[in-house]
Amino acid sequence: MNIVVCVKYVPDAQAERTFNASDNTTDRENVDGLLSELDEYAVEAALKLVEAGEGEVTVVTVGPDQAADAIKKALQMGADKGVHVKDDAIHGSDAIATSLVLAEAIKKIGSPDLVVTGMASTDGTMGVVPTMLAERLGLPAVTYASELTVDGAKATIRRDGDVSTQTIEATLPALISVTDQINEPRYPSFKGIMAAKKKPVEEWSLADLGVEAGQVGLDAAWTKVEAFAARPPRSQGEIVTDEGDGGKKLAEFLASRKFI
Amino acid sequence: MDFDLTDDQAEIRKAVRELAGRFDDQYWLEKDWAHEFPSEFYDEFAKGGWLGITTPEDYGGHGLGITEASIILEEIAASGAGMNGASSMHLSIFGMHPVIVHGSEELKARTLPRIVNGDLHVCFGVTEPGAGLDTTRITTFARRDGDHYVVNGRKVWISKAVESEKVLLLTRTTKLEDVQKKTDGLTLFLTDIDRSAIDVRPIRKMGRNAVTSNELFIDDLHIPVEDRVGEEGKGFKYILDGLNPERMLVAAEALGIGRAALRAAVRYGNDREVFGRPIGKNQGIQFPLADSLARLDAAELVLRKATWLYDNGRPCAREANTAKYLCADAGFDAADRALQTHGGMGYSEEYHVARYFREARLTRIAPISQEMILNYLGEHVLGLPRSY
Repeated sequence: MNIVVCVKYVPDAQAERTFNASDNTTDRENVDGLLSELDEYAVEAALKLVEAGEGEVTVVTVGPDQAADAIKKALQMGADKGVHVKDDAIHGSDAIATSLVLAEAIKKIGSPDLVVTGMASTDGTMGVVPTMLAERLGLPAVTYASELTVDGAKATIRRDGDVSTQTIEATLPALISVTDQINEPRYPSFKGIMAAKKKPVEEWSLADLGVEAGQVGLDAAWTKVEAFAARPPRSQGEIVTDEGDGGKKLAEFLASRKFI
Repeated sequence: MDFDLTDDQAEIRKAVRELAGRFDDQYWLEKDWAHEFPSEFYDEFAKGGWLGITTPEDYGGHGLGITEASIILEEIAASGAGMNGASSMHLSIFGMHPVIVHGSEELKARTLPRIVNGDLHVCFGVTEPGAGLDTTRITTFARRDGDHYVVNGRKVWISKAVESEKVLLLTRTTKLEDVQKKTDGLTLFLTDIDRSAIDVRPIRKMGRNAVTSNELFIDDLHIPVEDRVGEEGKGFKYILDGLNPERMLVAAEALGIGRAALRAAVRYGNDREVFGRPIGKNQGIQFPLADSLARLDAAELVLRKATWLYDNGRPCAREANTAKYLCADAGFDAADRALQTHGGMGYSEEYHVARYFREARLTRIAPISQEMILNYLGEHVLGLPRSY
């Protein structure tokens, strides 16, 4: 089984995150970045499937030079090869353009049996790219998998909802997005780190994929960030003094904030 | 001159930092408090193949140098794991050097792959109540009897003996009074800690309580000849090779604790407000921490030079000793200042700096005291008369 995993290089959520003042896009170049944590679950899910049978895992990312780090991490975990799509024209792309570039890259890689993604990125957290990508590739989109098994040409997932748990089947090839409940991503072993150095990573431009510069980037984006502001510092909490009516006051406070 | 780590070394540092970072200060606080070996931590490092970093590839390891080993142990200590984390695997990472260099093929094949995969825990049995650094005065005696040796004696400060399956045991096979050179007549074994013949008693101590330190009472222990490392009578020479690397690794651990302590101090200095402003704004708080940063950075450079010399096959005793001396002092000072920065809170376990302080203190004593290092430098580097 051949699997393509889409991964994203995101600013480290533990570190300072900023926007570019000139165009209000996320600053990906002057901050510490890493493989999106939610994508690690996708890489792990793909590796487990391939290790249980055969085939290979290809990771693909769209992003600036530093995004190579996200591919490297996935290769260290055990993926077989990487594809890095980078092109200055991609800067500022929205989810729609990103899904276009990813779709063309996946077509060029070949026809995978499975495309696996995280449920969302940890920076944008829109969670729409998986479905858009499935639509562009003409694949069934099976999203938010907390469990995944593949038997022959059939994939089965469990999706945990607020009011129900669904079991969903799809015929391969398919696109599956996974949640952070699906597995415990492995840490790269020393061997994995050394082996990753010899694994092939291809770099493609938009021209290699037959995508016009005008179809992507900030100018083509359907959504734009108009303004950004730092999160205001946390305000002082309210102290409720218990004069025999503490419970009532607490309940009133919670009700006023619509918690109850 | 090039101060950069190689790409591989940088990757190793990053990966170890991430893996060790999974185990937070609370984990170490609880392990230390419960006097419980950090098995979950050790197992993760074993699984990742990190224990075999310096072991030759023929025995399942990766054949890298002391530089890589020092980076790993520094990062482990710096994660907040301190000496508890480092001591859980310190000997697996480099302690088997005498076996690797001098052991028989059979002994190596039987033990090294199991040490690399984490299955076999080992400890180092050299020091005795009457012989600390004065190694040639050990009295634990191994008498040859056919195809085995019969051993009697006492060892002290044997780290991890409770948790270990085997011990690298230094004995005398000829008594001190019967040898021409006092360094002759010592024999090294890598053998099972047979609990029916070795009574292992943990020592109550100031810190690093997740890994035991023990007294060993050895009573008619039978050791098969196959467990002997190299030739009879040459054990002292065999362990001598490992002394400089040992100092470098403890230096790296001290450096790591210093980094952890400084990090905690800076965080508290920024967060804690007194008289309406963060205490880190006061130069009385800030300057000692800045001074510690400078001292840690300087000590690190000497350590890097020492491991580089060793890995390039060059003499490194001066630098290895200096690195341990400077790193231990810089690490301890940083821990002490972190405690002071925390004020009363520093004295509680909750803020972890008390634990760093106790563990950093250890590096000024082990594996060799700061004073003995000055003796070495005074005598062997400066050419002054021996002082003891």
